[in-house]
Amino acid sequence: MNLFAEVLISIALVISGLFGFVGSYGLIKLKNSLQRLHAPTKATTLGVGGVLIASMIFFYATTGYISVHELLISLFLFLTAPITANFIAKTYMAYNLREDELPENESGHGWAIYDDPPNTSSEPLD
Amino acid sequence: MIEYALLFAAGCYGIALLLDLWRIAVGPGPADRILALDTMVINVIALLVLYGIWRGTAIYFEAAMLIAMVGFVSTVAYCRFLLRGDIIE
Repeated sequence: MNLFAEVLISIALVISGLFGFVGSYGLIKLKNSLQRLHAPTKATTLGVGGVLIASMIFFYATTGYISVHELLISLFLFLTAPITANFIAKTYMAYNLREDELPENESGHGWAIYDDPPNTSSEPLD
Repeated sequence: MIEYALLFAAGCYGIALLLDLWRIAVGPGPADRILALDTMVINVIALLVLYGIWRGTAIYFEAAMLIAMVGFVSTVAYCRFLLRGDIIE
């Protein structure tokens, strides 16, 4: 393995380690629950992305083949991180906020965790 | 040089796991605990990939993939259980 690949892998590893540490440090540092939701969903996901980039460079430099497993993992993580954040925020809202504390919704229906979805209580869809 | 960078990254993710454990222990409310569990799952994926780089084998990517999928499903199931009182309605 040449020196350029080693330097590149080391930089990616150090930066991703710092990102992962900052994500979990924000989890204990920030005050409010919804503020705490901010730190791990962004920083830790980026840290895992850095580790996967380092792994791709490493296996390309040692074997000569491009491995695509890491792309699968990173694609899955980047797809599912917003969904888990949305679910956790909904759980927090359902447990800690009343309906009259929330701002008015412009769509005509209420908030999704307090009201039924549209087109279910009346006649069924065609 | 890669070995030192690997040790540094693994140390960072190990300390991050301990901080998540602290948030699970003291977290005031179920949303914080679910968030800390989800962060632990992501940190464990990173540690598995780091171990795979250290060993030089590509076996651990399948394990990381499985942990990613099961971790996402478990987080959603826990949130649904707290929101609706049931997982499959």
